[in-house]
Amino acid sequence: MTARSFVSSALRHTALLLIAAFALLPFAVMVSTSIKPADEIFSETLRWWPQKLAVIENYTEAFSAAPLMLYLMNGVVVTAAIFFLQVLVTLPAAYALAKLHFFGRRLAFGFVLFCLLIPYQAIAVPLFILLYYVGLLDSYSALVLPFTISVFGIFLMRQFFMGVPDDLVDAARMDGMSELSIVWRVMLPAAIPALTAFGVFSIVTHWNDYFWPLVAVSSDKYFTPPLGVMAFRNAEAGNDFGPLMAAATIIVAPLLCLFLLAQRRFIEGIAFTGIK
Amino acid sequence: MSLSASQNRAGLALIAPASILAIIFLIAPLSSILVLAFTDYQLGDRSLRFIGFENFQALIDDPVFWKSLSNTLIYSAVVVPGSMLLGLVSALLIDAGTSLRSFYRTAFFMPVMASLLAMAIVWEFMLHPSFGIVNTTAKALGFASHNWLKDGDIALYVLAVIGIWQSFGFNMVLFMAGLSAIPRDLYDAAELDGTPHAWERFKLITWPLLAPVAVFVAITSAIRSFQVFDTVHALTQGGPNKATEVLLYTIYAEGFEFFRSSHAAAITIVFILLVVSVSLLRFVSLKKNGEGA
Repeated sequence: MTARSFVSSALRHTALLLIAAFALLPFAVMVSTSIKPADEIFSETLRWWPQKLAVIENYTEAFSAAPLMLYLMNGVVVTAAIFFLQVLVTLPAAYALAKLHFFGRRLAFGFVLFCLLIPYQAIAVPLFILLYYVGLLDSYSALVLPFTISVFGIFLMRQFFMGVPDDLVDAARMDGMSELSIVWRVMLPAAIPALTAFGVFSIVTHWNDYFWPLVAVSSDKYFTPPLGVMAFRNAEAGNDFGPLMAAATIIVAPLLCLFLLAQRRFIEGIAFTGIK
Repeated sequence: MSLSASQNRAGLALIAPASILAIIFLIAPLSSILVLAFTDYQLGDRSLRFIGFENFQALIDDPVFWKSLSNTLIYSAVVVPGSMLLGLVSALLIDAGTSLRSFYRTAFFMPVMASLLAMAIVWEFMLHPSFGIVNTTAKALGFASHNWLKDGDIALYVLAVIGIWQSFGFNMVLFMAGLSAIPRDLYDAAELDGTPHAWERFKLITWPLLAPVAVFVAITSAIRSFQVFDTVHALTQGGPNKATEVLLYTIYAEGFEFFRSSHAAAITIVFILLVVSVSLLRFVSLKKNGEGA
């Protein structure tokens, strides 16, 4: 290695490590505080690893002060239900828009493009009124139903299906397959990469969503993970930092672990859905 | 039966479920926003009355609305360039070498993945006036400490820093995708032509070829920053004294805390116009690039 390339490599790592410190600092503080006893949290001297570990105390306190397991289960149930229903609704529509000639196709696709521009928060008020009148507020349905239609999913899958060769579809028709079974038996297997990207996008979005759950539910038996941490902080009056950071760690951990296990897939999925 | 007739039937059948759900959960709500904004409806009312532009007139006279709109724009004006620059620098630095690439990429992307609400609570703890890590470090280094979230002069910018922290990794990934599409031999050619400086090469090759990606990143970042809500709701509730009041928070408070649905609908229309006009900039820039080529 020449002196010059050594210097530039050292500079590169210094700058990147500084940025990494910025990115990771909150995670380090969160985990470090979650294993500290109260007196060390309130001390002026900064210590990343506590003198006396309080892992068990803080994490038991977190689990007993709030039904964190229930919140996590709610998170799993809600995100899984949303994604499952999205696939069920999205794939046939995306296939029709990509491969079938039918009356109103251009109009339908134009509508999809138009709706892509509108963030869902913009229709939260009427959605809330709608659910209020049909008596569905404060239920799992309120958390799931509005997201069963994903124009973004339809757009993404339609773009992917455009690239699937027509021969594949024609061959399936020759074999006597119905259009619906072409969707599930021919297009679905071909679309696994795009579907994975959509899945990553959908799960990350809805696991972390705070706005809609905050609006839609009020009983804590329906709380999703972000609502759960917030309720925990409000109940503890924000002073019991050890257990609070333990609760935050527990809520953030599942998705981050998944991400660390399959980071390539996650990053590519998000980049893929981001670029569209 | 002809092929086209059967295709027509199949197509309509396959989009039927999506269409029905779209009518219930997108078209109806979107149209009712437009209607609501011109009425006096409040949640629970049995009837409503059309009042023309009164809701909008009320907005124009309402200093909180103007504060909310300008805070949203100031927040975006900090977060968009901040998260773009940090994202671009990260992407260029990672791309410039071969070691530890995936470590950095993963580290920078972690804030994008983590629940912003949970991390906002961690930030609140870090910014705690007496024993938060930010103030204890500032004191140790001889700087003044602040009550970061309670000081109206800085609270909005503190939230913007959290916004940059959360989103720069996302921009980095988009920039890296853009960089990987630039042919390597362009750089070799530039080196042969006597453009040895990294900065010159960046100006000559990277930036012009990355410009379309940068436009896209800017627009996406702007739209995401208009939607800032979680940190505001969790950390400041729009305070102190409306210093961090932003559009989505105002809509939330009007629509779901005071149940003044029609007033919330009027602000929502402003919010939609803001988002849609920035989205449309993308088509303008695409058209311009198309004409230039």
